Amino acid sequence: MMNVRIDPALQPSALALTDPVNLSRRRFLTGTAVGALVLGFGLPLGSTRVQAAAAATAERGTQVPAFLEIRPDNRVRLLCPFMEGGQGTFTAMAQIIGEELDADPATFLVEAAPPGEAYVVMENGMRITGGSMSVRMSYPVMRRLGALARAMLLEAGAQALNVPVSELTTEPGKVVHASSGRSLDYGALAERAMSLPVPDPASVPLRDPSQFRWIGKPVKRLDAYDKSTGKALYSIDLKVDGMLHAAVQHAPRLGMTVANLRNEDQVKAMKGVHSVHRLDGAVAVVAERWWHAKRAVEAVQVDWQEPTADSKVRPMPADFSSDAHFKRLAAEKGPARDDENEGDVAASLANAKLRVDATYHNQYLNHGQLEPPSALARFNPDGSLEVWLPNQAPDMFRADIAKRTGLDTSQITLHSPLLGGFFGRHFLYDSANPYPQAIALAKAVGRPVKLIWTREEEFLRDVLRPVAAVNFRAALDNDGWPLAIEAISATEGPTEALAGKQGDKLDPTALEGLSGKSYAIPNKRIAQIYVKGPAMLGYWRSVGNSLNDFFYESFLDELADKGGKDPFELRLYLLRDNARLTTLLQAVGELSGGWKRGPFTAGDGTKRARGVAMASPFGTQTAVIAEVSIENGQVKVHDIWQAIDPGSIVNPAIVEAQVNGAVALGLSQTLVEESVWMDGKPRARNFDLYPILPPARMARVHVRVVESGEKMGGVGEPPLPAVAPAVANAVAALMGQRVRSLPMSRHTFT
Amino acid sequence: MELRINQKTYQVDADADTPLLWVIRDDLGMTGTKYGCGLAQCGACSVLVDGNVVRSCVTPVAGVVGREVTTIEAIEADDVGKRVVATWVDLQVAQCGYCQSGQVMAATALLKHTPRPSDAQIEAAMINLCRCGTYNAIYAAVHELAGKGDA
Repeated sequence: MMNVRIDPALQPSALALTDPVNLSRRRFLTGTAVGALVLGFGLPLGSTRVQAAAAATAERGTQVPAFLEIRPDNRVRLLCPFMEGGQGTFTAMAQIIGEELDADPATFLVEAAPPGEAYVVMENGMRITGGSMSVRMSYPVMRRLGALARAMLLEAGAQALNVPVSELTTEPGKVVHASSGRSLDYGALAERAMSLPVPDPASVPLRDPSQFRWIGKPVKRLDAYDKSTGKALYSIDLKVDGMLHAAVQHAPRLGMTVANLRNEDQVKAMKGVHSVHRLDGAVAVVAERWWHAKRAVEAVQVDWQEPTADSKVRPMPADFSSDAHFKRLAAEKGPARDDENEGDVAASLANAKLRVDATYHNQYLNHGQLEPPSALARFNPDGSLEVWLPNQAPDMFRADIAKRTGLDTSQITLHSPLLGGFFGRHFLYDSANPYPQAIALAKAVGRPVKLIWTREEEFLRDVLRPVAAVNFRAALDNDGWPLAIEAISATEGPTEALAGKQGDKLDPTALEGLSGKSYAIPNKRIAQIYVKGPAMLGYWRSVGNSLNDFFYESFLDELADKGGKDPFELRLYLLRDNARLTTLLQAVGELSGGWKRGPFTAGDGTKRARGVAMASPFGTQTAVIAEVSIENGQVKVHDIWQAIDPGSIVNPAIVEAQVNGAVALGLSQTLVEESVWMDGKPRARNFDLYPILPPARMARVHVRVVESGEKMGGVGEPPLPAVAPAVANAVAALMGQRVRSLPMSRHTFT
Repeated sequence: MELRINQKTYQVDADADTPLLWVIRDDLGMTGTKYGCGLAQCGACSVLVDGNVVRSCVTPVAGVVGREVTTIEAIEADDVGKRVVATWVDLQVAQCGYCQSGQVMAATALLKHTPRPSDAQIEAAMINLCRCGTYNAIYAAVHELAGKGDA
């Protein structure tokens, strides 16, 4: 291109020209007039102005042309720093930027931005799509981005109309000169505007929130139509000219390697087969069609050999059993490292008249995103590499590809299509991503290769949601109120698992949900016994909170019962000095028609009860009430009421949808879901033996958003963690049976 | 073999037992129909065959010769399908969207056979999996299409 030092991140035009042939983006390109005024094209991208804007915090998100392209038809193309996987971030970003740009979010076309420093917009200096961070970590920067672009359009309007900029204002999509009655569409000003210097960020005013038209409103999702008509394209759908298809058979246990292929010649002779390949811990077949590749690779008879001592991956032992692992965790004695230690827990426990001790554990989970992983790799004639793949962290993936291939990052173009669900699946997990295989195969065959993992291969190599066994001890005072609580978790956090060791500091994702509680219990100790396990672990929606809030909030109900307290009243008592959480708990009580624990008889004659739980994940506060009955020996959840306080929000409709989605996943892990391992292998390799929540077991969901005005918190993950304990607490109220492990399908209710 | 898909005739060169899904996706390039499990568990691959919803990942292509296949690509050419899509958009059902082609096909098949389904019929027909948890939105959309509104 124009300048060897150009960061590919700053070349939206270059990206578009190398799209797969069936990418919908092409439709927009062909709709763009030749020589038209398309922002971002032909700009001096290597100029000092743009390059200088990269790093400093104050300058984040100021490279306007890297993000925005305003087309002659007034449509605004946004290259978004965050990946869209259903959580609505593309729409939220269009709302935030559109509000300040003064452009209706409905006029936005949003795509994921490529890797590059320009798109590091989060206040923590990262660029990932995860941790429920996208909106809360970039909100001021993205508002400012919109405002900067508007200022540039105003300046361009002043030049075009030959009037002072102070006489101009904007209406959605246009610059207006009120005194002369003239106006110019943004699309007509865009080329001139984007060639102007970006103004000093401190100089652009932001809109008064009381005047917001789109932020805070239930703006319609931009992707709803494409996703209702099969037009939305995911990685698995992409195709480039000359592309071959690939399928793999992985070693039954991670770390094993290929010793011998017993029937390689026969497989090579199978219909459609192009070639057979030995990879690290896998065999691949490349074919003209994926179905042929799949059938052939499943026919390969492989002699696998056991991992060697120098294995580069975490080897899975042949005797690993998840149930045995839970027993081992529960029996671990330490040493433990403290995360929180206040008051005198040991003395309180020693002196208490009323003590409660209990051990809890949880289960391994798959991500179960419905789009199986895939990757499309193409080496171009100039030696550069293009990869299309699902990811939540494009810069990390590109860096990893550079490391694996020896290419410079400037030679690697990474495309990030829509995600067919993610839930934490698409971070950089060594051995759990197909792109290294796709790249190796593309290199080997000299043609582009799209590799799709079957569901069976996905469940064999997916990273698992971590497990823990927590030994609780608590003391009550003479009035039955909690005086001391100790939680010692034997576990390995996902970050520790990825590092392969415990760090100098505790892994916050191991203990979150045990630590960070707001209850006024004067003596408390939260500690971890680090237990390195053999399973590959990863992040799963709401991460540590997904297990730890189940443990803690269930155990808190045990304390209430022991002390003769109502669990709702107990929480109000423990939160008596916390106005925000008191308000939230009362809100969910009101939403449910007033707290009642039961058991009671419902209108249909069923005996039911309710449970309550709270959680504080990702800067947001939640409170949940669940109503349950027992139906055919299984727990039926009728209703979930959830009050959520993320401080402030951008789109109430998307928040409500995210609460629904998080409740579904929360119910799934509570009721039915578990990855069981025996003899070093997962029992389930597909949804037949790995049930995920079906529609029949979904609960009605009632949502109340409480905007306390506190610092903005996350939305995608926070509504999940309080679901499991609310259900477990309801079951305990109904049956007198305390569930201390999940899923409930493992328990009998009679 | 000769296939009728979306009112068009296609000549395809595929083994008789190739799943219809992969013929649609790879041979014919229509990617709206999704692969999720390959075992008829999730329903992401749902298409209509002579108006009945089938899971194309386990349907041998030879079995649909001489029949009329409808995929998501042509759903709006059907009056009922068009209403289903409009309601799906209006009620903002989709999240990641990956299962929604199959959900729209299932809803269309239900409503073509039973324009006023009961709650039990809706529950029996709308069994496709959704990992994003759009079940309540799907239920609301089908309820509305069944003419029940919020009443």
